[in-house]
Amino acid sequence: MREIFDSTVERLFVDLVSTDKVLTAETLGWNAELWAALEESGFGLAAVPEEQGGAGATWAELGGVVRLCGRFGLPLPLPETLLANWLLGVCGQEIQAGPLSFAAGGQLTLADGKVSGLAADVPWGRDVPVLMGITAGDAPTLVLLPVEAAATRTLCSNTAAEPRDTFCFEAVQPLLSAPLPTGIPADVLLLGGAMLRSAQIAGALQRILEMTITYANERVQFGKPIGSFQAIQHQIAVLSEHTAASVMGAEAAFAQSAVSLSRLAVASAKVCASEAAGIGASAAHAVHGAIGFTHEHALHLTTRRLWSWRSEFGTLTHWSSELGRALCQGGAALFWPTLVAGHLETPAGASV
Amino acid sequence: MSIDQFKYSRIPPEAEALRGEVRQFLADALKDYPVIRRADSWMGFDEEFSRRLGARGWVGMALPKRYGGSDASPFARYVVIEELLAAGAPVSAHWFADRQSGPQILHFGTDAQRDRHLPAICRGEQYFCIGMSEPNSGSDLASIKTRARREGDKWVVNGQKVWTTNAHRSHYMIALVRTAENSKRQEGLSQFIIDLSLPGITIRPIKDLTGSEHFNEVFLDEVVLGADALIGTEGEGWSQVTAELAFERSGPERFLSSIALIHTLIDAVGRSPDALQAKEIGRLAARLVTLRNMSLSVTSQLAAGENPAWAASCVKDLGAVFEQEIPELAQLLVEIPPTAEGGRDHARVLAYLTQMAPSFSLRGGTREILRGIIARGLGLR
Ligand SMILES: Cc1cc2nc3c(=O)[nH]c(=O)nc-3n(C[C@H](O)[C@H](O)[C@H](O)COP(=O)(O)OP(=O)(O)OC[C@H]3O[C@@H](n4cnc5c(N)ncnc54)[C@H](O)[C@@H]3O)c2cc1C
Repeated sequence: MREIFDSTVERLFVDLVSTDKVLTAETLGWNAELWAALEESGFGLAAVPEEQGGAGATWAELGGVVRLCGRFGLPLPLPETLLANWLLGVCGQEIQAGPLSFAAGGQLTLADGKVSGLAADVPWGRDVPVLMGITAGDAPTLVLLPVEAAATRTLCSNTAAEPRDTFCFEAVQPLLSAPLPTGIPADVLLLGGAMLRSAQIAGALQRILEMTITYANERVQFGKPIGSFQAIQHQIAVLSEHTAASVMGAEAAFAQSAVSLSRLAVASAKVCASEAAGIGASAAHAVHGAIGFTHEHALHLTTRRLWSWRSEFGTLTHWSSELGRALCQGGAALFWPTLVAGHLETPAGASV
Repeated sequence: MSIDQFKYSRIPPEAEALRGEVRQFLADALKDYPVIRRADSWMGFDEEFSRRLGARGWVGMALPKRYGGSDASPFARYVVIEELLAAGAPVSAHWFADRQSGPQILHFGTDAQRDRHLPAICRGEQYFCIGMSEPNSGSDLASIKTRARREGDKWVVNGQKVWTTNAHRSHYMIALVRTAENSKRQEGLSQFIIDLSLPGITIRPIKDLTGSEHFNEVFLDEVVLGADALIGTEGEGWSQVTAELAFERSGPERFLSSIALIHTLIDAVGRSPDALQAKEIGRLAARLVTLRNMSLSVTSQLAAGENPAWAASCVKDLGAVFEQEIPELAQLLVEIPPTAEGGRDHARVLAYLTQMAPSFSLRGGTREILRGIIARGLGLR
């Protein structure tokens, strides 16, 4: 399945997600036509079991699709829709047609069947009709909220002009509410978001690696391609190593996640990807010289995404600290066995 | 090369099943093994321990049964060696034979060579060292000058090897030697299995900056070898050496050399780390998890008969950076200065690994050479 998914989505993106489209979306916003084409492809529902109307694909099979979203800079919440629908499936709820997004930040509470509070930093919040959140408290509850019901909204966008909006709800009737099943941590949206971004970062790094190699072989200075200079070669080697590490991290995170997402693998992936994003973008820009610093050159379409994605759904510090606390708590004797087992307990109080 | 070759490879259950047994064995065998010795990692030399591993079938285990191995999968071997390294077991005596020389003799050797060496390697009794570097040939390996000339059905070797780890306590050296002068330097090289007890061989340990004696200079003066000392094909030494490199560069020893220090650091930090300690220890863990997955991915490519030399270089370079950063972090995360003598375990392990660390990006190919190989693999010339 993996190969079919990857090649189908790659073909679709080659046809539909040109750099022009990505750039246009940054100024004109939501591309409804493109969303319609994606919706037709059915990938938004891919991770939902077949009985519930999805494709029943595993995360392992979908890692490449999310990576391709990053590689092409897809200006739409396909990864977010995929994750939100997956969680609906896990909670035994009906899937939603159309684009979905979710809030991993802010704080929502549920009282008398009504939801209040903040849904913060919601990707494409202004463009989706419905967003998913998880309410805080002893019985974390999955809720779907109509975005139009928000009392106030604060529109923000990240360094790649992707909407990251914050909504305040005041006693809003959710479209749906369902208790999180046991085994699903209250911060599942943060964890899932980190998993998505780690793959998107890996894909974006693959893109800038290709661009950088091509440029280094074409650009001539001192009578030869700059790619023949050892200092340039070493910068690109380091870029490729970090690209490889982020690809590996994301592959492991998706491969080890099923009904429950692997906290250890996802945290490791996001830490490595976040680190790689900064190192990789810096190397790519160094090699591209001034032309890469222009708006006209396409490099920034990818590097500006890297500079935001690494901070979204938990920074390197967030996830490494969580790992570090758990591993110190376990003591030296459990350090290696824990990493090999790939199992990390959900920390007490993991919440949105 | 392709970044996509880094696919996730789960260790198969039958290989994973070995882990409990290995841990149990190590818990007993190393019960009283001092922490500072564990920091030696794969430089710790103990013949008795190597023989015990051999008796368990854990040396040369991927070699065929008929030569004393277990026909084990590369993953089974991986499980065993990563557990040995994580525990800081003294594996140096048989390490190079297990990793490199054994597979090489299986691959390129004659039946007689296989019979002579492989069963003894698998018993943990026959040790090898790698004779590549020379005083004037480090990174530029193809410039080596040690020569073998044919005399009748014998070979006579003259020259000098240097930095030869374990030469002073190995039985054999697999040496890269010039057998013909060619216009292209990579041609005319051959590999020999040299019995280190032969007349004309002088081995002098070189003390390293930690005061330990791991590596040596090896002088070869009119050393007479039988025709059967040649391994593989005359003149094919360069390609044979290159084939070894993916094995040499991708294993868990390329990122676990400082793990003893992570262990003492966690002990020193205690159960409630401060914010900086938690962040940095977690960051090390995340990179270790990823490096291990990369290394396993290379292992599965090797198992499938591919030549992942490019990917192996990535693992080694990232791994060396990681291993070297551990002492740097350890010394700034807790207020415990390194001690060469006395002091607590963490202080001594910190002192030792801080001093060992520079070698991590030299041995097995320097950082600069690896990055050059990686760049060429990416199509940069
Ligand atoms: C602990 C240890 C154990 C070892 N064990 C063995 C062993 O068992 N068997 C064995 O054969 N060898 C062994 N070696 C030797 C090792 O392989 C060499 O140290 C290594 O190949 C580098 O050679 P060199 O030390 O002569 O450094 P040089 O090659 O002189 O390099 C010095 C510096 O120059 C750089 N440099 C050289 N050429 C280039 C270039 N073209 N471009 C950019 N930079 C360059 C290097 O990267 C390095 O930074 C060991 C080394 C160590 C430290």
